[in-house]
Amino acid sequence: MNSATGTSVGSSIDERAAAAKVALDEHTREIVSWHFDPKTGTPFWLDYASKLDWNPRDEVKCYNDLDKFDFFEDEWLRQGKVRSWVPKAYANDPIYTFETGGSTGVPKSRINIKDFRIDYEQFSDTLSDETFPRGGDWLMLGPSGPRRLRLAVEHLCQHRGGICFCVDMDPRWVVKLIKSSRLREMHEYKDHVINQGLTLLRAHKNIQCLFTTPKLLEALCERVSLVEYGIKGVFCGGTQLTAQFHRFAREELLEGKIDFVPTYGNTLMGLACHKPFDPADNYSVIYHPPSPRAMIEVVEPDDTRKVVEYGKVGRARLTTLTKEFFMPRFLERDEGVRTRPCEEYPWDGVADVRPFSGFATPIVEGVY
Amino acid sequence: MIEIPILRCGEPYESIETVTLLHHATGEPFARVHQANSGMVRRDMVNMRDDALESFSISDLVAMAKKAGEIFMSATLPLGNAKQSFDEYVKQLSCSTGMPISYCRDNASKIAGVLGKMDEVLAGLTRGLDLEVLDQGFSNASGQMLSFYRAGRIFGAVLPSNSPGVHSLWAPAMVLKAPIVLKPGREEPWTPYRMIEAFAAAGFPREAMGFYPTDHGGAGELLRSADRAMLFGGGATVRPYENDPRIELHGPGYSKVILGDDVADDWAQYVDLMATSIDRNGGRSCINASAIWSPRHGREVAEAVGKALARHKALPADDPNATLAAFANPAVADQINNVIEHALSDDGAEDLCATHRGTPRLAHLGRCAYLQPSVIWCESREHTLANREFLFPYASVVECPVGEIADAIGPTLVATVITRDESFVHALMNHPNVDRLNIGNVPTWRISWDQPHEGNLFELLYRQRAFQFEPAA
Repeated sequence: MNSATGTSVGSSIDERAAAAKVALDEHTREIVSWHFDPKTGTPFWLDYASKLDWNPRDEVKCYNDLDKFDFFEDEWLRQGKVRSWVPKAYANDPIYTFETGGSTGVPKSRINIKDFRIDYEQFSDTLSDETFPRGGDWLMLGPSGPRRLRLAVEHLCQHRGGICFCVDMDPRWVVKLIKSSRLREMHEYKDHVINQGLTLLRAHKNIQCLFTTPKLLEALCERVSLVEYGIKGVFCGGTQLTAQFHRFAREELLEGKIDFVPTYGNTLMGLACHKPFDPADNYSVIYHPPSPRAMIEVVEPDDTRKVVEYGKVGRARLTTLTKEFFMPRFLERDEGVRTRPCEEYPWDGVADVRPFSGFATPIVEGVY
Repeated sequence: MIEIPILRCGEPYESIETVTLLHHATGEPFARVHQANSGMVRRDMVNMRDDALESFSISDLVAMAKKAGEIFMSATLPLGNAKQSFDEYVKQLSCSTGMPISYCRDNASKIAGVLGKMDEVLAGLTRGLDLEVLDQGFSNASGQMLSFYRAGRIFGAVLPSNSPGVHSLWAPAMVLKAPIVLKPGREEPWTPYRMIEAFAAAGFPREAMGFYPTDHGGAGELLRSADRAMLFGGGATVRPYENDPRIELHGPGYSKVILGDDVADDWAQYVDLMATSIDRNGGRSCINASAIWSPRHGREVAEAVGKALARHKALPADDPNATLAAFANPAVADQINNVIEHALSDDGAEDLCATHRGTPRLAHLGRCAYLQPSVIWCESREHTLANREFLFPYASVVECPVGEIADAIGPTLVATVITRDESFVHALMNHPNVDRLNIGNVPTWRISWDQPHEGNLFELLYRQRAFQFEPAA
């Protein structure tokens, strides 16, 4: 049994994909039943259901039945009623709120109790003990503040027996600097972040694993050889990763000697894992969601109920299915290519994720 | 499919990411331009050897540049894994940019001309400095101690696609010993790539030359990483760098032909001069006039110039009579046309070229779009269209009292001023609005390459230092 995927290794991919589908359907029923149960459910969804002429607990029998819901609107997470998202069953638990967006206006808030720990423990199962050694310390060089990333990476590190050193980077400030063309200040801020990271790397020789963003990885590797600093594995995410960057990172920044694990995730969905590196993929970065806890589907931009054919580009549509958070059919601001199930993840993936090209106004992206 | 690789310190590198160039007329993909990620640009520039040209004397480099000019015009040179003759270069350039073949040849000749007379170009830029001083760092030959050092250790250029002639502007950097890193325009990788191969064939070390097609982020890294750089682009592109002394900006030209009080009544004598200033090279250069200023007879001037320019019609790029460039991306032509039409819907402006031509400005040939010339008579110099510049033969005509012109014209790359009024000339001479000043019957596009253009490249690259030398006893 693969604890990350919950499926048996050995059977064919088709068989395992079918088993995963069954598990997803069962999980969907359980989660919908939980969130719409008056005893355990989430006030937001209970209120939502009271205005429907159908009962989600009765009518959602499989994952595809989630199409009966309207598309999830991120505005619902900005309306200031964060407690309405806490399931009654967790009303007395300590609640975190994590934010996404927020460069301008009200950020989206998602409540969390244990989800971030569960997500990153599952992710931990996909990491190599050789390149992310148990007991090795970590450097977390990236956005913290209201995001879940810092706590999540720290938990990942602790889960693997390490201690996590952290340096903050505030992307909202970086977006402001870019929008106002204060590029010099932006680079000074980046240097400020990098200098703090280097100080930690020099002082703590047991730091063997690194989380950072693509831009900060480039900036770090401009100053030092991470190989010489004893780094064995780099977990990278937070913004778009192109195939060319992937190759550049493996071959040049990390000198072909450090493991490179790109990820795609956000506060709303969780963490999608990268299909293990295969030269046949030509450095395409292919992500698979943590089914059944979350799904990424690639849908037609003009018909967002319809999944595109394999190999075609479409808009990313996210669904989150945990007892803490139910988010059906959220249209993300990204697009990508739909890919087939693979050995490790017998369900669809998404490749070459980038900002959705259908928006009229370009998003300031890649600031990490 | 033609593959155009990145040249990382002169060495070809094929990227996973490419941009496909389409034939402007057929829409067929015919070339793939390999794209550098921004981190690669930065990494290579940080590691580039900035002394790669130091072992050559300036006089050697001048001779090598001359040879490079000859090679550029005649040789079959590497293009990725393939070869490219001069005729193929011209054809490919026209295919992706939509420029008439004849203009592509003219521009190539212009580049070769600059390379061939690099000694004159340098003499102009340095005001006749004995260039040996740059080889040995100092000179006392004239009895006065002079010393210079090269502040531009690595020279970068973010280049446009509008006209290949602009590539003659960065070329002197190589002869001034500054290794170069070029980001070509999206549709025009051909000329800088061929120039690099010509330089290499003439003996310049490949490691002194980088060619990095890249996106906006990569361009930003290039400008950040270069010690000195040139940036071509529209107002929004150059604005963030306006206060950066490392970067020479080549934004919109807003070049003008200006009639003095003393010649305004004889305007008819200057119609040809005004027309050629507007339409030369397809009207795509910053040195093309985009406005005519006169103290009176403005509407008559606009009528006459409009009539003269109405002869230009949309023709295929390989037609020997073609004088207008096709828009490789027809949507761009649509947008420009819409901007002009919208502004014309306000009172106070009229396209007097369109009335003579009898057809709309926007024309289509197959999938290509063309913008045929426009001469806009503006009743007020405050009109929206009075101070605009577009990528086709376009000019406004406005009236303005001569005494107000110097202050009113705004930033002007080239001003051709026709007058015998010394006080008017003096006013313009002393005004910072004008970058290049032509007095008399000189078309705006006529460039003396021994004169600085939007800044002096030598002054950008070199700093004079105080120097005293007393040999040890």
